[in-house]
Amino acid sequence: MFNRLIDRRMGIFLFGLFVLTVAVPVGNLAMSGQPVPSYAVALMAKYLCYALLAVSLDLVWGFAGILSLGHGAFFALGGYAMGMHLMREIGPRGVYGDPLLPDFMVFLNYDALPWFWLGFDNFLFAVLMVVLVPGLLAFVFGWLAFRSRVTGVYLSIITQAMTYALMLTFFRNELGLGGNNGLTDFKDVLGFNLQTDSTRAGLFVIAATALTAGLLISRFITTSKLGKVLVGVRDAESRTRFIGYRVEGFKLFVFVISAMMAGVAGAIYTPVVGIINPGEFSPANSIEIVIWVALGGRGTLVGAAIGAIIVALAKTLLTGWIPEIWLFALGGMFVLVTLFLPHGVLGAVENTLNKFRPKKETTV
Amino acid sequence: MTSQLYLSGVSCSFDGFKAINNLSMVIQKGELHAVIGPNGAGKTTMMDIITGKTRPDEGEVFWNETVDLTKIDEAGSAQLGIGRKFQKPTVFETLTVEDNIAIALKADRGVLATLFDRQTKKQAKKITELLELVRLNDDRARMAADLSHGQKQWLEIGMLLAQDPELLLVDEPAAGMTDAETMRTADLLKSIAGERSVVVVEHDMEFVRALNCKVTVLHQGSVLAEGTLDHVSAMPEVIEVYLGR
Repeated sequence: MFNRLIDRRMGIFLFGLFVLTVAVPVGNLAMSGQPVPSYAVALMAKYLCYALLAVSLDLVWGFAGILSLGHGAFFALGGYAMGMHLMREIGPRGVYGDPLLPDFMVFLNYDALPWFWLGFDNFLFAVLMVVLVPGLLAFVFGWLAFRSRVTGVYLSIITQAMTYALMLTFFRNELGLGGNNGLTDFKDVLGFNLQTDSTRAGLFVIAATALTAGLLISRFITTSKLGKVLVGVRDAESRTRFIGYRVEGFKLFVFVISAMMAGVAGAIYTPVVGIINPGEFSPANSIEIVIWVALGGRGTLVGAAIGAIIVALAKTLLTGWIPEIWLFALGGMFVLVTLFLPHGVLGAVENTLNKFRPKKETTV
Repeated sequence: MTSQLYLSGVSCSFDGFKAINNLSMVIQKGELHAVIGPNGAGKTTMMDIITGKTRPDEGEVFWNETVDLTKIDEAGSAQLGIGRKFQKPTVFETLTVEDNIAIALKADRGVLATLFDRQTKKQAKKITELLELVRLNDDRARMAADLSHGQKQWLEIGMLLAQDPELLLVDEPAAGMTDAETMRTADLLKSIAGERSVVVVEHDMEFVRALNCKVTVLHQGSVLAEGTLDHVSAMPEVIEVYLGR
């Protein structure tokens, strides 16, 4: 089982991730002079959430050929589910000091908590919703789309429409989820103050663990016989049907798992950045995820994670130095990778390494 | 003796064009049966109907005299025991030759059963046997995309056999093959028949002659003639529609 899940690239990546998971909190909390500044811990935790989101997309796009342009929606739904819990944890410490209602509800003259907020004061309930809500949306959406045999670019377009529709819905104040401001002003999670370094470091460790779990689950799926069937669906869908597989069930399975994974990424992201708002549903966000995966190396899982980290890092640096050129740089990266690195950054690095590696003697 | 496949009064039209028109045909168990006909005679539509890809407008299609094939989908037909080979060789290009056979191998087709499947020794042995039968054992670790056209045809036949079907529907298996490969394919299909029923749709008359079996001539969606190749190719109406005026 170990050999099946951990190949060389997965081993190297997970080892690097493990070293970071230990080194970053130690460097931030336990060493004098704080070689790892606190803002960097939060930033890296955010990158790891993006990396998990990229892995979730690679699972459906890279292996089953389902190009979802709406994966940001699952991420945002997970983020909102966690955000609702964090809002409830604020309790009476809001600006208006209402014992029950979050600030935005007081402001909008709500007199009671809407029904769908019930239960979110319980952390475990919120965690359940983090996977159930995106999973349920993916199930209903996927069931309708895959059963009707919507594939290719048509599927991509309706996933895009799905996230756009959700964005418009979440922008509405009447929805009871904070409208365009979203959910913010979080104080603590499970009693740990979100402003402290130790909580931030804890969130970083959680993000790294979730990424590791996401990679291993994805790897378990893609190396199983089901993973081969998914590749079969990608290569020749009708052939797969004619050897007896009900393709829609297989697509639905992997789509739902992927959406849940994206939801978990969003749930960790919300306390890390301290806000979740409808902008996360924007179609441009979902398209950016596709760029991460393509840039890192589609169908490699590890490559998707690396792609997300590279782009997010470049975004942080470039929007700091010369904000105007960020979108051009993003587009440029995508074009260059598509033209010159057909297997993404990971594929290019592995090819280069293979060239320099002495060829094994082949005994005839 | 019960029939393997029974079509009676089947009609199917697309936008007013009658692709199949009152077609009736019986395939016996273990029979090798060739279907010929000019382009547009309805050969592919007939296969689509049998495998549940297309629903006929009217008529009956029965499997083993008991199962109504008009009510099932493609995966259902495959699970019943109908294997179909496409005209254009369709294999999983980015899987290895071995994996192509492995996922076609008869097994529980459920999602979870597939996820937790572990290959048994018996299955591994079966895969090797099939690869030897289609002469691809030396290429088992190669990507299917790297095979020649003729080898892909053979791989697809191997995948069909891996399903352990009762009936094979084979659409132009000899297309793109060399003469030697064509004859080997004919021998292979002849050896499969008997144990399984085989229906071959073909254009290549040499190939049909090599199969040496019952022939049905389709024309404009219905049966024009039936019999041995020599018998049907001597009939004036067949000569008129098929062999040219």
